[in-house]
Amino acid sequence: MLEAKINKKLMFFTLDIEFQVNNEILVLWGDSGAGKTTVLQCLAGLEKPSSGIIKLNNNKLYSYKDRIDISTKDRNVGYLFQDYALFPHLTVMQNIMFGIKAKGKAARLLNPAELLRSFGIMHLTSRYPRQLSGGEKQRAALVRALVTQPQLLLLDEPLSALDKKTRINLRKELKELHKQWQIPFILVTHDEEEARFLGDKVINIRKGKAKQMNLQKITSA
Amino acid sequence: MMQLTDWTPIILSVRVALIAVVTVTCLGLPLARLLARRDFLGKDVLEAVITLPMVLPPSVIGYGLLILIGKNGIIGQKLEALGISIVFTWWAAVLAAIVVSFPLMYQSARAAFKSVDVNYEKAARTLGAGELKIFFAITLPLAMPGIISGVVLSFARAMGEFGATLMVAGNIPGQTQTIPLAIYFAVDSGDEATARTLVAIITVFSFMVIYWVNRWAKRQNY
Repeated sequence: MLEAKINKKLMFFTLDIEFQVNNEILVLWGDSGAGKTTVLQCLAGLEKPSSGIIKLNNNKLYSYKDRIDISTKDRNVGYLFQDYALFPHLTVMQNIMFGIKAKGKAARLLNPAELLRSFGIMHLTSRYPRQLSGGEKQRAALVRALVTQPQLLLLDEPLSALDKKTRINLRKELKELHKQWQIPFILVTHDEEEARFLGDKVINIRKGKAKQMNLQKITSA
Repeated sequence: MMQLTDWTPIILSVRVALIAVVTVTCLGLPLARLLARRDFLGKDVLEAVITLPMVLPPSVIGYGLLILIGKNGIIGQKLEALGISIVFTWWAAVLAAIVVSFPLMYQSARAAFKSVDVNYEKAARTLGAGELKIFFAITLPLAMPGIISGVVLSFARAMGEFGATLMVAGNIPGQTQTIPLAIYFAVDSGDEATARTLVAIITVFSFMVIYWVNRWAKRQNY
């Protein structure tokens, strides 16, 4: 379970958000520039909140009061970047092995081959990112993030770079994936329909102000 | 036409340029990495100082170096007391080459580091990598084309250094006479054959290096 209360002063407004997520999908929905990505970056430790607390399965990742700020590499949080951020000079396999090597043998890690097979990209392991389609890139980036067994997965606009057909397929896959993994997913999107389809919980962010949405209400909107 | 009685200018030039480039790379890369992603008070001033030797006349650099390492210079005096004299040795030529080629290395490396998308570094961090691993496995390889071009430019600049070298190292054949100096004094003394040969050698060599680097950089496009 993830509990977070984040307050961060940004250039034009203050981001203020509080939520609790069990093993479900929380969607942060809002226009670009509303502060959604900043929330993910704070959770991952890539940015520092001005104040607040972040607790993942009873481990404090960040606490303003206790002056705790666990570094990103030790947070065990998976992050799927908007453009996937696959390392362009490494093959798919090398990209995936990067996390395994970085975490070392101590970590309980998955067998990459099994994960690659389940994502249907076993045949792409020796390709470079530039030789992949958008959907293939996303699968490779997901495998890379998941192979280190994160306790939380953050997804920044995971579908926006894809064409409509791929988007609808991958949307279902993401939901399926979440059922298998049983960890909290936090997904950022500007797309209302996507928020409705994927979110167990939806929080609307507008200029840093967060408002939990009733799913029914979005459906009718 | 292609007859050269004295090969020492070539050997000396290559030796001076190699030492200068290694030094400039070892100093320039960490500094460029540090300044590419960090802002602090006085950074603009520091960057202007670093770049200055690129635009100053070589004679000004030569004079500045003499003030520092000349026999009565600020550092030179102290070295003299230890029995070390740099001025008018080939080490002075190395020093001049370092000063003039450093800005080129620094500028290229800084631009190269800046061009690496920060998301790659962030992604590496979320995958559990420490900063050292990120630098060597992600940032450095992705910045490599720009760094190599910095190495080549500074090598070329170090090879071609003339004005400051003449002032601090002099023109001692066999000791401090590099290719550019040898060409100048060959022409001055009417030794056309030597001048032509040296000009041909340095032109062909420079062309090959630049041609090879450009081709290599083209293949490194991600």
